[in-house]
Amino acid sequence: MKKSLLAVLALVFIMGTGNLWADSSRDYISIVGSSTVYPFATVVAEKFGKSTQYKTPKIESTGSGGGHKLFGAGVGVQYPDITNSSRRIKKSEFEKATKNGIEIVEVKIGYDGIVVANSKEADVFKLTRKDLYLALAAQVPNPDGTETLVDNPYTTWKEVNASLPAIKIEVLGPPPTSGTRDAFVELAMEGGAKEFGFIKAMKKTDKNKYKSVCHTVREDGAYIEAGENDNLIVQKLDANPDALGIFGFSFLDQNTDKIQGSFVDGVQPTFEAIADGSYPVSRPLFFYVKKAHVDKIPGMKGYLKEFTSEKAWGDEGYLTDKGLIPMPTAERKQFQDAVVNLKPMTASDF
Amino acid sequence: MNNKDTSKRTMDIVQKGLAKRYKREKRFKLYGLSAIIFSLMCLSFLFISIFSNGYTAFQQTFIELEVFIDPALIDKGNFAGSNYQGIIKASLRNAFPDVTERRAKKRLYHLVSSGAAYQLQAVVRDNFEKIGQSVTLWVPADDDVDMLMKGHIDRNVPEADRRLKDDQVAWIESLSEQGRIEKQFNTTFFTAGDSREPELAGIWGAACGSFYTLLVTLALSFPIGVAAAVYLEEFAPTNRWTDLIEVNINNLAAVPSIVFGLLGLAVFLNFAGLPRSAPLVGGFVLTLMTLPTIIIAGRASLKSVPPSIREAALGVGASKTQMVTHHVLPLAMPGMLTGTIIGMAQALGETAPLLMIGMVAFIVDIPGGFTDPSTVLPVQIFLWADSPERAFLERTSAAIMVLLLFLISMNAVAVILRKKFERRW
Repeated sequence: MKKSLLAVLALVFIMGTGNLWADSSRDYISIVGSSTVYPFATVVAEKFGKSTQYKTPKIESTGSGGGHKLFGAGVGVQYPDITNSSRRIKKSEFEKATKNGIEIVEVKIGYDGIVVANSKEADVFKLTRKDLYLALAAQVPNPDGTETLVDNPYTTWKEVNASLPAIKIEVLGPPPTSGTRDAFVELAMEGGAKEFGFIKAMKKTDKNKYKSVCHTVREDGAYIEAGENDNLIVQKLDANPDALGIFGFSFLDQNTDKIQGSFVDGVQPTFEAIADGSYPVSRPLFFYVKKAHVDKIPGMKGYLKEFTSEKAWGDEGYLTDKGLIPMPTAERKQFQDAVVNLKPMTASDF
Repeated sequence: MNNKDTSKRTMDIVQKGLAKRYKREKRFKLYGLSAIIFSLMCLSFLFISIFSNGYTAFQQTFIELEVFIDPALIDKGNFAGSNYQGIIKASLRNAFPDVTERRAKKRLYHLVSSGAAYQLQAVVRDNFEKIGQSVTLWVPADDDVDMLMKGHIDRNVPEADRRLKDDQVAWIESLSEQGRIEKQFNTTFFTAGDSREPELAGIWGAACGSFYTLLVTLALSFPIGVAAAVYLEEFAPTNRWTDLIEVNINNLAAVPSIVFGLLGLAVFLNFAGLPRSAPLVGGFVLTLMTLPTIIIAGRASLKSVPPSIREAALGVGASKTQMVTHHVLPLAMPGMLTGTIIGMAQALGETAPLLMIGMVAFIVDIPGGFTDPSTVLPVQIFLWADSPERAFLERTSAAIMVLLLFLISMNAVAVILRKKFERRW
C-alpha cells in the first residue's frame, strides 16, 4: 500500500514539474509535418546539428495535415516551431493559426515529382494523364461515347488505349491518408478527367460531383493500396513485372537499376524534366515558420539559413542528392529574402 | 440407437468403430503437428530473411585517406565551422590527381561519406598539434560505395541505370588493389544516433531512448501492479465493486495500444503540459499499457500460493500485513517478476502509442535524460524501413535483429526466473 501511495505521489510530483517545464524554455528546434518533406528536412537538421554548437532539431513525420494541426495550436515552447508541408497551407488552417495568434512565414523549398514506374524487365509505359484517369478512376465516361458515367469497365491497359500492352491493370499506390495520393489524384487523374468536356463543365455546375468523379480511385482490385512505405512498392514491382507503382521521385532516383519511370504525356520523369516543369505530375514542397519563435528558440535563424543556402537547396546542393528538385534561381532568391525578412503571410495570399 | 444394434454385443460395436477411431486420432495428431510445422516454417522464414538481409550491416566499407590538415582551411577561432569538407576533398584529389573535369571531381567526392569531415573535425579538436601535418585516416565510404562492395549494386547493368558510374567503379577497384578500401566492423551502428546517411546511422540513440522509457515504465508499473494485485487478492472484500474492477482490468488488457497513446496525448501532453517526444511520457503511456498484464500475472501467482501458508501464518499470530509481506509475497514474487518481464518485453516492442506522443521522430542527439527528445528501437526500425536509400534496408534488418535479441534475452530471463524460483506444492 505504501508503495502504491508513493508511486501516486511520484506521479503527481512529476506532473507538477512537467508543468514547470512547459513554462521554461526549450533548447532544440521542434519540427513536425509532411512525410514527403521529412527526408529533406532531416538532412538539413543533421548537417545543422553537426556543424554548429546548437542541438540537432527534432523532426516528427506527422503528415502535412497533422503538422498544420499541431503547428496552428498556439505560440509557446510546447508547440512546434516549424511545420513541413507537401501542399500549400489551406485557408482554414491559416485562419485557425491566425486566431491563435500565430504569424506564419511561408517558405517554398523545391519540387517533388510523382512517378508511375514499373520493373526494368518489362517495356516502358507511355501513358497520358487521360490513360491514368480512365484506368484508375472509380467512374469513367461510358466507352460508347455518350456523356454518361459508368463504373470503370476496363481490365487491361489495351482497352484504355490501343497503343498500350494487353496486360491487366494492376497499380500499387499509396492509401488515401497520404499526401502523395492527394497530389496524384489532383494532378494526374483530375488532369486527365478534364480532357472530357462534359466532366470539365461539371466543375461549374456541381463542384462536389466534379471532385468525386475526378478524385475517386476504383476499389475493384485494379488499384492496390500498398501502404505508406514506398520501399515496399519498389520491391513488389521488382517481383511483378506486370504491375505499375506510384511513388515519389526520390524512390525512383535510388532504384534506377530495378525500375523505370513511365512517360506521362510524352515526358519521362527525370530530374531535368521535373525541374523545368515539363513533367506534368509534380508539386511544390513547403515549410512554414512560426515568426514569434525565431528569436525565442536557439538556432532557429541558423537552421533557416542552412536550409535556404545554395549548398543545400541549390542546383548542385546536397538536397538534390536526396531527390529534391530545386526551384529556379529567381524563386530561390525570393524565398531566401522571405526567410531573412520574415514577412508573415496575410489573408490576401490566398 | 435402433433395435438391430441392441442384439449385438457392445464389444462388437466398439471394435467395428475402432479402426475409424484410430484413424481419427491419427488425423487429429497430424493436424496439430502440421500446425506446429507451419508456424515453425513461418518463424524460420522470418528469421532467415531478416538475417540474410541484415548481417551485412554489421560491416561497413572504409577508405584509407592520406589527409593533409591544411592550416589555411582551419579557422582557429571557429573550429566547428572550419572547412573540413574542403580538406577531405583536397586529399581525394591528391589520391586521384588525373581527375580534373568538374563533374568527374564531384563524382570523386561522392566516394566518401560526409561523415569523413566530422571524423576529421574530431581528430583536429583532440590534436591541435596535427594542424599542418599529414594524417592517415580510415574514413567511412559513401553508402553507394558500401552497397557496391557488398554486392547489392550489380556492376553489369548499364551505366545509366547504376547509381555509381563507370569511373567511380574504376576508382574503387584501384583503391581495392592498393588495399586502401576494406570492410571493417561497423562500430558506428552501435554507437551513433540516427542519421540520414546510412553509413553514419546507428541504433544507440534509440537504444538509450528505449532504456529510459522502460526504466520509467518499470519504476511505475511494477510497484503499482504488485500493490493492486496484492490488494485485490489478499485484502479486498468480494463484492460487486471488486468484481467490476476485475472485469475492467481484464478488459484493459485487451484494449488496442493506440488508445493508450491517445489517452497519453490528452492527459500527459495537453492537460499536464509535459514535453512531447520525452521518454518520461512514453514511460507513462507504456505503464498504462503494461499494468493490466502485470496485475493479472500477479494475481495468478498470488492465487497459486496455497491457503495453508496463509492460515499457518495467521495461526501463529501474524497480522495480515505480516502474512502478506513475510510469506505470501516472497513465494509469489517469481511469478510476478515473470509477468513484469513479459509486460516489459511487450512495451519494448510497442510503437503505436508512442506515435501519438511524438516519439516517432528524427533524433540525432543521444538522449541524456528523461525529458530529452528521443525515440525507441521499434520506431527506429519503422523510420529506416521507410527511407529511400537502399543501404537502410540492411540496417533495418540489423536493427530488427538487435531488437529480437533484446526480446529473446528478456524472455529467457523470465523463463530462468520461473525455473529457478518456482515452487510446487
